[in-house]
Amino acid sequence: MDNQYFVDSDALSQAALEKKHRLENDPSSRTDHMAYLPGMERIQSDIMDKVIGQMKGYDPSKYTARDVRAALEHETCTIEDFKALLSPAAEPFLERMAEKARLETRKHFGNTVYLFTPLYIANYCENYCVYCGFNCYNHIRRMKLDLEQIEHEMEVIARSGMEEILILTGESRAQSDVQYIGEACKLARKYFRMAGLEIYPVNTDEYAYLHECGADYVTVFQETYDSDRYEQLHLMGHKRVWPYRFEAQERALRGGMRGVAFSALLGLADFRKDALATALHVYYLQRKYPHAEMSLSCPRLRPIVNNDKINPQDVGERQLCQVLCAYRIFLPFAGITVSSRESARFRNGIVKIAATKVSAGVSTGVGDHESKYSGQDTGGEQGDEQFEIDDGRSFDKMYKDMEGQGLQPVLNDYLYV
Amino acid sequence: MENDKLILGGREFTSRFILGSGKYSLRLIEAAVKDAGAQIITLAVRRANTKEHESILDYIPKGVTLLPNTSGARDAKEAVRIARLARELGCGDFVKIEIMRDSKYLLPDNQETIKATETLAKEGFVVLPYMYPDLYAARDLVNAGAAAVMPLAAPIGSNKGLAAKEFIQILIDEIDLPIIVDAGIGRPSQACEAMEMGAAAVMANTALATAGDLPLMAGAFKNAIEAGRAAYLSGLGRVLTRGADASDPLTGFLR
Repeated sequence: MDNQYFVDSDALSQAALEKKHRLENDPSSRTDHMAYLPGMERIQSDIMDKVIGQMKGYDPSKYTARDVRAALEHETCTIEDFKALLSPAAEPFLERMAEKARLETRKHFGNTVYLFTPLYIANYCENYCVYCGFNCYNHIRRMKLDLEQIEHEMEVIARSGMEEILILTGESRAQSDVQYIGEACKLARKYFRMAGLEIYPVNTDEYAYLHECGADYVTVFQETYDSDRYEQLHLMGHKRVWPYRFEAQERALRGGMRGVAFSALLGLADFRKDALATALHVYYLQRKYPHAEMSLSCPRLRPIVNNDKINPQDVGERQLCQVLCAYRIFLPFAGITVSSRESARFRNGIVKIAATKVSAGVSTGVGDHESKYSGQDTGGEQGDEQFEIDDGRSFDKMYKDMEGQGLQPVLNDYLYV
Repeated sequence: MENDKLILGGREFTSRFILGSGKYSLRLIEAAVKDAGAQIITLAVRRANTKEHESILDYIPKGVTLLPNTSGARDAKEAVRIARLARELGCGDFVKIEIMRDSKYLLPDNQETIKATETLAKEGFVVLPYMYPDLYAARDLVNAGAAAVMPLAAPIGSNKGLAAKEFIQILIDEIDLPIIVDAGIGRPSQACEAMEMGAAAVMANTALATAGDLPLMAGAFKNAIEAGRAAYLSGLGRVLTRGADASDPLTGFLR
C-alpha cells in the first residue's frame, strides 16, 4: 500500500486547506509539470530522450538467472547487463554481485572512504512535495540563517575536523536567492577545502556565478524519473517542473562545475526503473561531458516531522544493496554516497562493497550544529529537520569506525583551480 | 650494476621503482620505502590539500624525493597552477604532469600535457609527463623540455600489465630520455618485462596497494625490477630473440 502522505495542519487557514485539498484531489487544479515556467532556461539536449526511452522499455521481470550470470561474467557491464543486475532475477546473486562490486570499488578508489557533512542554511520552501518535511503546507519551525549565523555554523563544523561541506537550502528562491547562496559559498571556502551545493535547480549563468563563489559540485535529486508519478507527488511550485530539474546537472556542467551528483528517492515509484534511469542519466552525461566527475546517491524515503509513517515501501536493505552493487558494476568510476538516512550497520557494511562517501555529524535541521555537537541546548533559534536521520555518528566516531573497518577515511582530495 | 644510476633533473637514484599516488596509506609508503627501496614517491597535490588531520607530507620519510603530481587538472593551465602550488607548498622542483579530461578511464591528454611541460620546464621544474605512448607526442615532450617520458602501460588501476608494450618499445628505442613506465603494471613479472625492454624505471601503486601482504609484494617488485634491469644491461640472450633460426644459413649462397 502506498504511503499516506497527506497531513492537514491546524495552523493552515481555511483557504489554504481548501487549496491544499484541491491540489491533492483534483489533478486538473495542478499546473502542467512538463511546461517550463518563465525564466527557466531551456537547453538543447538529447539526454532526456535517451534515458527515458530506455526506462520505458525496461521490463525487470523479463530477465532470468542466465542473464544475471552472463552479466556477472562480462568484463565490462553493458546496459543490458545492468538491467539484468537490477532485476528480481539478480536477488539470489546478491553475494556474487557484492564481490564483483567490491573488486571494482577497490580498483578505482582503493580502500578509501570520503567524509562530508551537509549544512542546511534555510528550510523555507515554496513547493508542495507530499513526502518532504520542508513542504510549504507542513507546519514546522522555519528559519533562514543570516551570514553571521552561517559562519558560526561553519566554524563549529570545521572545528570538528570536517573539510568537505554540502550546502543545502529549502527550495525557495524568494527566501534563499542565488546571491545569498553565493555568499554562503564564499564563506565555505574560508572554512573548508571543498564545497558542494544541493539547492533548487538554477540556470547556467547562475551555476557559473556559484562556481565563481567557490562551489564546484552540484547535487540535484530527480526524486523519480517517472514523470507521471512525479506529477502526483510534487503538487505545486517550481519544483513541479520535471524537465527543468532533469536538465540541472547539464546546466551545472555548462556553468563550469567540476562534478555533479544524481539520485532518485527510492520508494516513490518503481525503484528498479528509477535506479536504471538514474544510472543512465550518469552514463549518457558522462559520454557527453567526459571530464565531469559523476556521483550517485541512493536515498530511501524517511519519516518527516508531522508524518512518522512515511517509509521506503518495497525498498528494503537487500534491495538497496542490490541497487548499489549494480550501480558500482555498471559505473565503476562513479562516486557513491550513502547518507545518514541509513543505519550505522548498513553503512559500515556498504562502504566495504560499493560506497565511497559517507556523511557524519549530520543535522538536517537549521542552525543547530552547536547544540547538537556540544550536546547542550545553546538557546538559539532553530529550524526543523527535513527528515529523520538514522545514523547519528559524529565526525570523530565515523572516522574511527571507518578505520576500524580497515578503510582509510579521506577528508579531502580536491583543489579549487 | 653498482654504477648504474637513474638520473633525473641532475639527481641520481639507485632505485628504479617509483611509488605512484593513486591509492595511498601510511603502510603503503612504509612498504614502498623499506621493502621496495623506493627513493621517489608521487604525491597528489590535491590530496595533500588537507588540514592537520592526515597531512601526507608528514608521512614521507627524509631522503625520499617527492614527486608531486597535477592530478585533477583538466587542461594545461590548471596543471601549471597546481605545479606552482606544489612548489609553494615546499614539495621541491619535481613535478609529474597528469592531465585528464576523462573521468571514466583517466587517460592522459597528450596535447595539453605538451603545453604544460613547455611552460613548467621554462620555469625551472623537472618535468615528468604522464602520457599515452605516442611517438610524436613523446618527441614533442622532449622538445618541450621534459626530463623523462612516462608512458602508460595500461589504463590506470587496471593491473593489466604491458598492454601498450609495442608502443612503449618504440619510445624506448627512439627517445633519448629515460622512459618510465607508468600505470597498469599489475604484477612483478610485468615490471620485470618492462625493465628488460629497456625502461628506465617503473611506477606502480595499485599493484602494491591491493596486494595481500604489502611488504612481501613490495620486496617482490624490488627484486623483479632489479632482475629486469640486470637482464637489459647484460643484453638478452638468443633464446629471447624473435623468430626461429633457419637450419641452412640464409646467406649460405654468398661466396
